[in-house]
Amino acid sequence: MKQVFSIPESLAPRLTHYCPGCTHGIIHRLIAEAVDELGVRERTIGIAPVGCSVLAYDYFQFDMQQAAHGRAPAVATGIKRVLPDAVVFTYQGDGDLASIGTAEIVHAAMRSEKITVVFVNNAIYGMTGGQMAPTTLVNQKTTTSPYGRRESHAGKPIRVSEMLATIPGAAYIARVALNSPANVGRAKRAIKKAFEVQLAGLGFAMVECLSTCPTNWGMAPHEAMKWLEANMIPYFPLGEFRTAEGVASNG
Amino acid sequence: MAERKLFKGNEAVAEAAVRAGCRFFFGYPITPQNEIPEYMSRRLPEVGGVFLQAESEVAAINMVYGAAGAGARVMTSSSSPGISLKQEGLSYIAGAELPCLVVNMVRGGPGLGGIQPAQSDYFQAVKGGGHGDYHLIVFGPASVQEMVDLVMGSFDIAEKYRTPVMILGDGIIGQMMEPVEFPEPLPGPFPKGDWVTDGARGRAPRVINSLSLHADKLFERNLRIAARFEEAKKNEVRVETIACEDADVVLVAYGTTARICKSVVDRARAEGIRAGLVRPISLSPFPEKTIFDLAARKPVFLAVEMSQGQMVEDVRLSVNGRADVRFYGTSGGVIPSASAILDKVRELARSEVRA
Ligand SMILES: Cc1ncc(C[n+]2csc(CCOP(=O)(O)OP(=O)(O)O)c2C)c(N)n1
Ligand code: SF4
Repeated sequence: MKQVFSIPESLAPRLTHYCPGCTHGIIHRLIAEAVDELGVRERTIGIAPVGCSVLAYDYFQFDMQQAAHGRAPAVATGIKRVLPDAVVFTYQGDGDLASIGTAEIVHAAMRSEKITVVFVNNAIYGMTGGQMAPTTLVNQKTTTSPYGRRESHAGKPIRVSEMLATIPGAAYIARVALNSPANVGRAKRAIKKAFEVQLAGLGFAMVECLSTCPTNWGMAPHEAMKWLEANMIPYFPLGEFRTAEGVASNG
Repeated sequence: MAERKLFKGNEAVAEAAVRAGCRFFFGYPITPQNEIPEYMSRRLPEVGGVFLQAESEVAAINMVYGAAGAGARVMTSSSSPGISLKQEGLSYIAGAELPCLVVNMVRGGPGLGGIQPAQSDYFQAVKGGGHGDYHLIVFGPASVQEMVDLVMGSFDIAEKYRTPVMILGDGIIGQMMEPVEFPEPLPGPFPKGDWVTDGARGRAPRVINSLSLHADKLFERNLRIAARFEEAKKNEVRVETIACEDADVVLVAYGTTARICKSVVDRARAEGIRAGLVRPISLSPFPEKTIFDLAARKPVFLAVEMSQGQMVEDVRLSVNGRADVRFYGTSGGVIPSASAILDKVRELARSEVRA
């Protein structure tokens, strides 16, 4: 019998701690598949963030370093400068990357650091119990925006992909979503491409993944998927925002 | 053959680090230590290393974390406000049990303070600085030569105890020029720990981490970190004592202040006052035993610092009630004058404070 589906070698055969319906697990799998397909498991070094995915190092079968909140791009820089042949990626939530770590991500892109960034945007702080994130949508209720995020008070949500796409050092910037099988396929292609960009030495690559947090959004998993589609995608449009010279467009 | 050269303290630190095998430097400019990154930006490319100016001290120390985890000899340097920003990273590096070298050319604080030399970061350096249960190994050199010698050995020490080592200098020691003899470069390659994350080639994956969600496991790690520091207490204590055997007044001072106190001891002795000096070279671990033993004869101890009283607490703990401990200090970048300290010594020599 032909085997059509199995656990990627780069993924530990282990149950994750993520809540039911959370897409962190799917994104982990896509990374593991990409690393396997590129045949780079033995030279990959991942950086786990602070956030729900802080334990990501338990789920991958390659070397990992855990970083302080927001500092993953700086840690990745240190590793990549020491080991230029390593495949280095960071895995970061929106609190991690778009709030406390804004300086680190902007400057890693500015230096065209040859790293791959997987940015998981679920519009909320998951790990600490659902507080407002810089990506929280206007009117979205969280534990620290109980009346809904007011633009006059907290500003508009930050569009990280669009911002980083303006930086010349960014070689590849894309936004994907994990809300449907077709979009998961697109997400996979984008993540793999972000690794290929690093392998080709083209520079900084980031894939922003629109993700769900059913637990803190207070929704069932299927409702969360619908909410993502109806509310997040209109404000955070999907697509490739930067494909520098030498990077093929997904079309 | 060792060469003798006139070198500025900051540049000597950098050259010594290169000779000790350091090939990676991450930093951010701040006075009065800018000659260190400037020197490294010229020197490291010559030896196949990397100098990178980070966007902040926060980023710089986290680059150090990544590079140390990848198995490199790596350093950063800064001055007081910048070292405060590095504390987050230092706590993580200590927690993840990674080796590195950090140089702090201390300036007056708190806040933005000033750019004149000070010793007011002593607490921060030797009592932790960042959150959590850990100690750095900290050296307080008093000459450019001593700084070179300490830097040469610091990477081995950092790797042995898996901890950041800090050189606690100040604006004077960083800026002054003195003749120095540089030892021959240490022959590499340096052995890589079995914890280094450099790609899981033919071995099980490794994780570098400071998270431990189970209290018992974290307790275990903190005990391991503490045990290494206890080991350092046995092997790494360095101290110089001058004319202490018969001293009625024992000055305790480190770094630049110790240089001034040396001349105070000479002047006091010339007047017939029996003064001596204890100069801690390792500030952490602190030379407790040397001071405790001297306290048996019950001299008066006078801690002299360019701070409002920080190291004096360790002197008091070391004396452990056996003798009287006094303090004289300046602050904010004011350098204590030899004559003011001598006045204090005369007063103590006359007084009846001795129990
Ligand atoms: C310096 C620091 N500040 C705050 C925290 C607390 N903290 C842990 S996770 C987190 C937010 C994480 O949110 P995000 O990055 O969006 O990831 P998610 O949990 O949603 O996947 C915060 C604020 C911390 N660990 N360190
Ligand atoms: S709290 Fe939210 S982000 Fe965290 S695991 Fe649960 S669903 Fe996922």
